[in-house]
Amino acid sequence: MNTTIMLFLVQDGITNGAIYALLGLALVLVFAVTRVILIPQGEFVTFGALTYATLSAGNMPGTARLAVAMGVVALGLDLYAGRRALHWRLVARAIAINILLPVAIYALTFWFAGKNTPIAVNIALSLLIVAAIGLSLYRLVFQPLAHTSVLVLLIASVGAHLALQGLGLVFFGAEGLRGPSISDAAFMIGPLRFTGQSIAVYAITIAFIVGLWLFFGFTLYGKALRATAVNRLGARLVGIRTTLSGQIAFLLASVIGALSGILIVPITTLYYDTGFLIGLKGFIAAIIGGLVSYPLTAVAALVVGTVEAFSSFYASNFKEVIVFTLILPVLVLRSLAAPEVEEEKD
Amino acid sequence: MSALLKVADAHVAYGKVEAVRAVSLEVADNEIVTIIGANGAGKTTLLNAIMGILPLTGGVAFAGEDMQQLEIEDRVAAGLSLVPEHRELFATMNVEDNLQLGAFRVAKAVAARSFERVYTLFPRLKERRKQLAGTLSGGEQQMLAMGRALMGAPKLLMLDEPSLGLAPIIVADIFRTIGELRAAGVSVLLVEQNAQAALKIADRAYVMELGEFILNGPAAEIATNTRVAASYLGFAHEGESGV
Repeated sequence: MNTTIMLFLVQDGITNGAIYALLGLALVLVFAVTRVILIPQGEFVTFGALTYATLSAGNMPGTARLAVAMGVVALGLDLYAGRRALHWRLVARAIAINILLPVAIYALTFWFAGKNTPIAVNIALSLLIVAAIGLSLYRLVFQPLAHTSVLVLLIASVGAHLALQGLGLVFFGAEGLRGPSISDAAFMIGPLRFTGQSIAVYAITIAFIVGLWLFFGFTLYGKALRATAVNRLGARLVGIRTTLSGQIAFLLASVIGALSGILIVPITTLYYDTGFLIGLKGFIAAIIGGLVSYPLTAVAALVVGTVEAFSSFYASNFKEVIVFTLILPVLVLRSLAAPEVEEEKD
Repeated sequence: MSALLKVADAHVAYGKVEAVRAVSLEVADNEIVTIIGANGAGKTTLLNAIMGILPLTGGVAFAGEDMQQLEIEDRVAAGLSLVPEHRELFATMNVEDNLQLGAFRVAKAVAARSFERVYTLFPRLKERRKQLAGTLSGGEQQMLAMGRALMGAPKLLMLDEPSLGLAPIIVADIFRTIGELRAAGVSVLLVEQNAQAALKIADRAYVMELGEFILNGPAAEIATNTRVAASYLGFAHEGESGV
């Protein structure tokens, strides 16, 4: 094998792996806090990417409308759930989060769409839209089921994935889209060509991982989230709402998903259903990390990315098969090593 | 004295089995009240239901406010705190983080004062503040669980079997601290199998058997009650004077 080709493949693998790492970390986070295996993570990727691409093309993305619509339903649920003790403060808060926030985002998007907006504004708008969708998704689908088993949550998760994927088809059509790259700069180190985009992928991934580490290690809300993950009853007994932790987890996951999408869409064409496959690779990394270990997940994601790069070079037809086969030995090992675990009761 | 906690005609059921039947209970301001009884009498069930972990039919009022519709988190915010039987610590986080989270619902300035108070009550926790909660000894974990609950500056602290599985010397230490809480303006509702120790520090006591209160009164009187002495204190022939 030619060294140059190998270096190319490794470089490619690490770029993809960085994205999978972000997604894998978000999956571990959401699972630890809410016990939800977040299959719609892929839709956050697609929505982020295609919203960004649509905005860059000067059009109004349908996801902005979806955010408002989901907010309206979420408000209904909030008011119904709190019907026995309707404080004006509770109502005001529900309206602010569910109506004012998405409407403000919609208005901003409407105002900027079609103008020659800078890339940074488009990225920010895309992140905001997907964040609002993520927050409402938790409220609509998972908060009412918070006390149920992991299996029920998984089924709801599959349902949410299918629904959002269908909506993606409605909003963006069956055609693939590509977005403009964050930077067109490029330079060579030896035989390797580094584009501004790949540098952005590395930099943003590292920045996000450091940011998450700081958030979980040093802020009260970050610690509260960890506390919910470690001991849900203990967290409730000190007054940390499971709902609050769930909201933060989904907010982070949707922003991470959307950001990953925005980072990929200048490199590859994304379709309304591409996100699922990308999300699954993050999922493999998360499974290798046992759905608990953040460092192991990040390392596994880099391995997944590299294996994918090499297999697409040597046996591109079997690329996905080879990548997903990675999970088998891990599952076998884990089932042998781990004692039988009963599902946690709440 | 006005009642801080007032439980009226409480029933708690697991499916069709009633674990707690027609229980009424009061805790006044600055009072230490204990519920004693054998294993399986329903003491833990009652505490969990008062906290909102289990559904309860009947009435629970705290500081003049009806608690029945409130979630656990809102009861915590109202000043009610439970140190559960299994402690429910954040095992993979250090002592200081556990305590900091105990003050999740209170203002920063209050939390700073609470830290001092907890470290004064439990100097051991200060020594171990960077150690992971899961690696502490049983006694230290119990101290941490109590400390974490106190961080939220509760008006009433409910303790579920704080002596369970601990060495006698540590039990003495923990009971001494419970006694000190009164000076700090915290009322205590203490559930214990170690009736002797509990009756020593309590003002009043309830005796629970098979989900019902069979006796209640000043702790000193309960301690000398023949039946209690026979069943829970293990000296049937010494306490001859009834209530």
